[in-house]
Amino acid sequence: MITMITVEPPATRAQRLRWALSDTFVIAGRSYSQLRAQPGQIAAELVAPVIMTVLFGYVFGSAISLPGGGDYRNYLMPGIFMQVMALSAVAAATSVAEDMARGIIDRFRAQPIARGALLAGRSLADLSKDWLSLAMMAVCGLLIAGWRPRGTPLETLTGFALLALFGYAMIWVGTFIGLFAKNGAQADAATFGWLFPMTFLANAFVPLEGLPGWLRAIADWNPMSAVVSAARELFGNPGSAAASWPLQHPVTASLCWSLLIIAVFAPLAVRRYRTAASR
Amino acid sequence: MIHAEGVRKRFGTTEALRGVDLDVPGGSVCGLLGPNGAGKTTMVRVLTTLLRPDGGSARVAGCDVVRDAERLRYRIGLAGQHAAVDELLTGRRNLELFGRLYHLPRRTARSRAEELLERFGLAEAAGRPVRTYSGGMRRRLDLAASLIVSPPVLLMDEPTTGLDPRSRLALWDELRRLVAEGTTLLLTTQYLDEADHLADRIAVMDAGRVVAAGSPSALKAKVGGDRVSVTFREAADLAPGVDAVRGVLPGEPEIDTTERRLVAPVSDGAASLVRVAAALGAAGIGVEDLGLRRPTLDEVFLALTEAPVKEKEAA
Repeated sequence: MITMITVEPPATRAQRLRWALSDTFVIAGRSYSQLRAQPGQIAAELVAPVIMTVLFGYVFGSAISLPGGGDYRNYLMPGIFMQVMALSAVAAATSVAEDMARGIIDRFRAQPIARGALLAGRSLADLSKDWLSLAMMAVCGLLIAGWRPRGTPLETLTGFALLALFGYAMIWVGTFIGLFAKNGAQADAATFGWLFPMTFLANAFVPLEGLPGWLRAIADWNPMSAVVSAARELFGNPGSAAASWPLQHPVTASLCWSLLIIAVFAPLAVRRYRTAASR
Repeated sequence: MIHAEGVRKRFGTTEALRGVDLDVPGGSVCGLLGPNGAGKTTMVRVLTTLLRPDGGSARVAGCDVVRDAERLRYRIGLAGQHAAVDELLTGRRNLELFGRLYHLPRRTARSRAEELLERFGLAEAAGRPVRTYSGGMRRRLDLAASLIVSPPVLLMDEPTTGLDPRSRLALWDELRRLVAEGTTLLLTTQYLDEADHLADRIAVMDAGRVVAAGSPSALKAKVGGDRVSVTFREAADLAPGVDAVRGVLPGEPEIDTTERRLVAPVSDGAASLVRVAAALGAAGIGVEDLGLRRPTLDEVFLALTEAPVKEKEAA
């Protein structure tokens, strides 16, 4: 005979709130346990950006000269950081799609978990993973590319915070898309497929001065450009002349872009989560 | 324990459920039987609050599946078509995680995990990641995960799909034990022998409706009773053999000349078989095979669900 255990729904508003917070942290704890079970995972995800750093820093970079002067590799690193943040959408989409395909999302939804706690918990865990990626990439930048932040420590920290905020926004984009995918592979294709090219339609790797007018307009207003410009400004790394409003006020613009993306995609993802069916 | 009336659910233009009625008394096992696409999974999803019905009403363990969904989630266990456990985590960590999400205190969640691992024979494997588990072990862990808060009602969607025969039998034993301890069980299955072995009552679903319901034996009786079947050794044995059988059985036999076979409906089962055997022996007729046949649930299933298939073919 299995011991009888019964639980009643929360009786008070305070208890409901406590349980919602507890759900969020338990779900985040699951992500940490997963990460601990595959310690190589983060390192494996950073192989690609390290290759990009070498490829652009030393191969293509030798043919790129910055219009305003300055060291290309110092120009490049904020772009690489942004790319890593943008692609955190891919991991978020893949893992939520895998959970759907395995029926784990069904199990969670049949349990009395607070509305939104599952996605909130996941996104918080992914956010801390983003911080870890940023720290590791910063070390790589220092060692491989001779990258040096020249701002005050506070400015440098603010630069990383803006990058992480953008990463957090992209986690919600990825989660939303992942909830529509049939499996992890499909989720990967549905995010990486457009995100990766989009990181090149920005000022991450090349100055925008040489682009044809229409393409330049897209790149100017690409949220990724604002994030990269903001990071360059705060790190005191070389930038390029800014012709458009978002790139003239990159810190404000990137903050606005990230908050806007979160405001749109977080509620959409939560709504989708509540009705999504496993396949 | 489960009571559903006229449950409807539509996905776009397809009507997955067209008014399903279901009644499962406490402590019993109901088998929901039907072909793919009959609406079994949709029905389970409605009863477990994963889907809102478009019409009708359903109560499970005293809670309305729409109005009282939150309370209901503390009172049901769900084991879906997949073993819904985290592959990367250990068996123990999985159960602790699900326990914490039922808002058990940390210590209770931990001791509950140990108790369930012990009960389902997973104590030794508790510290290993689930991806190293066999299919049967995963299923047992999945079942354990659905029993964390002692649910009075357990709903299982095709619980033994993909299991080898030994694991299947082991799972059946576990389910019987749970029912003996008072759990009400609703399970969907495509395996008729599973419903036959486990269920007190069977509801046969087809195209979004319950087309028949009753005990396994009542359903079999609906399709027809026992039959005696005789296969003769030689074609020449057929005519005298049929005469001999007619002499001892009241019903009119069906005769298949090419197979040299006779099938006759009987009402008193084995007694008729003995009479037929005696009559054939006395007449000295060569018999290759002689037996009493009961309709299998497969035949019931086909008889009950084949009509719509014919309709579709005609259309």
